[in-house]
Amino acid sequence: MNQQSPRLPDSPMIDLQGVTKEFLKPSGEVHTVLRNINLRVAKGEFCSIVGPTGCGKSTTLSLIAGFEAPSLGKVQIKGEKLEGINSRASCVFQTENAFPWKTVIDNVSLGLRLNGTSKNDAFQEARRWIEKVGLKGFEGHYPHQLSGGMRKRVALAQCLITQPEILLMDESFSALDVHTRHLMENELLKIWEETSASVFFITHDLEEAIALSDRVIVLTAGPAATIKGDYRINLERPRNVAEIRFDKQFAELHEQIWNDLRDEVMVSYASANNA
Amino acid sequence: MQVQTTLNTQEEIETRKKEMRIRASKIKIRNLSLQIIVFIAIFGSWEFFSDKNIIDPFFFSSPSSIVKQIVEWVIEGTSQGPLYVHFVVSFEETVIAFVIGVILGVIAGYALGMNDLLAVIFGPYIQMLNALPRVVLAPIFIIWFGLGMPSKVALGVTLTFFIVFFNAFQGVREVDKNLLNNARLLGANKRQLAQHVIIPSALTWILSSLHSSFGFALVGAVVGEFIGSTKGLGFLIAQAQGAFNTTGVFAGMVLLSVTALAANWAVSKLETRFIAWRHVRQ
Ligand SMILES: Nc1ncnc2c1ncn2[C@@H]1O[C@H](COP(=O)(O)OP(=O)(O)OP(=O)(O)O)[C@@H](O)[C@H]1O
Ligand SMILES: [Mg+2]
Repeated sequence: MNQQSPRLPDSPMIDLQGVTKEFLKPSGEVHTVLRNINLRVAKGEFCSIVGPTGCGKSTTLSLIAGFEAPSLGKVQIKGEKLEGINSRASCVFQTENAFPWKTVIDNVSLGLRLNGTSKNDAFQEARRWIEKVGLKGFEGHYPHQLSGGMRKRVALAQCLITQPEILLMDESFSALDVHTRHLMENELLKIWEETSASVFFITHDLEEAIALSDRVIVLTAGPAATIKGDYRINLERPRNVAEIRFDKQFAELHEQIWNDLRDEVMVSYASANNA
Repeated sequence: MQVQTTLNTQEEIETRKKEMRIRASKIKIRNLSLQIIVFIAIFGSWEFFSDKNIIDPFFFSSPSSIVKQIVEWVIEGTSQGPLYVHFVVSFEETVIAFVIGVILGVIAGYALGMNDLLAVIFGPYIQMLNALPRVVLAPIFIIWFGLGMPSKVALGVTLTFFIVFFNAFQGVREVDKNLLNNARLLGANKRQLAQHVIIPSALTWILSSLHSSFGFALVGAVVGEFIGSTKGLGFLIAQAQGAFNTTGVFAGMVLLSVTALAANWAVSKLETRFIAWRHVRQ
């Protein structure tokens, strides 16, 4: 059963209207990645997006971030048409966010330094964030001296210090082991609950999507992927992501969404095998 | 009892530490002695064969006479004036060529790396010039710039430029796309993007090219001196060759490799200084 998303206020934080994205293949053919995507994410909403590999999740994210422009349709942020880079967003990537040639504190304070904050103020604020993500004492370390989980904490602090209204996350935790991942997910939820940022969270892991989100979007298999399902997750907050998986309601939601997702994964798998 | 055990373990730790240290120094001694043995084998047999006239000392010289030649040059000067004059000239040519080549290479590499249009327009010319064995330019430069320093510097520049250029270009192209996007989202404008992301990232590539490019600057200076000059180590070697003084040729070679080694060492220092983040280990 697809639940309709409730009425949103007039200008949602993210608003994709009839968005289609095409790429020109080297062979000269046009490759349609996304077709007619209509998606609204409200202010403060935690929205996850799942779908088979290669369906266009990262592409959707680059449209919202403003790295790419849509081929058709438009991207609106808070009711304004997005031109160029989205200044209200920051992004935690799957691989690295931290600049290897900068220390932790230089990395975290970068966003403030770029917009002209004095070094003193920026460092003071950075220290606060470093402490918040549990990295106190590592200010002077370089990223390669940190573990993968610690680098993700740096990435979070770096992204959140500028108080973005939109937090984009592209499989940010998928490289972490399961315990670190739960820890990071809980921390993300905690920090997010203190802010009013909208989160656009890409993941392969349906459980992760349900555990974290207010809403889970299922994309169809590519090419020309579009939205297949839009599920509201009304689990109680605050949540503990490690434990919420045992909740009865969680299992029901999981089954429901998985039914949708499974078909798409099969399609994607079949076309990959035929290729 | 408690104290006893801790003491015991501490003692144990001490002995184990000592053992490890002894093993490490044993390996060091072994390596060093092997190096010395090989050194003696090579230069000893060279000396021996040439001393016994098994190989002709006229063509092959001998280590002792090379050392003697260098000492003589240092103390009494060469037939072409004091040694240091030649040394300084070659060194000056090399350093000037190196600095100019590096600056031009970095600027061009950065510009073409950042700007696709420039890369498309000038790429083919650069490929073409790079395919040319540039040593053949030496005669042209000597005609244009004369026997003095400028012709050697010009040759050195053409040799260094391309190495640094290709590395700078590649360095700019290889900047991690996520890191670029991340900085843009965090609010970096074009200048800040260059300052915080592109230049630090390309610096690794550029610095690693400096090792070989200094060597090439030296090649430029020496080859230029061979072909036409009145000073420099290359000139000295050419003179020795003209007089069939094999020992002099070898002595010049030794001086050149010492110079190259010293430069390599200096570049390594520079590297650790500029990309400290790569070398810091806990
Ligand atoms: N710059 C580009 N040029 C050409 N094709 C592209 C480009 N970026 C993405 N694509 C294509 O778009 C499709 C979707 O890619 P995308 O990275 O968005 O998938 P995804 O859903 O994030 O996959 P995954 O889950 O594996 O990360 C792929 O088929 C890819 O080949
Ligand atoms: Mg992706």
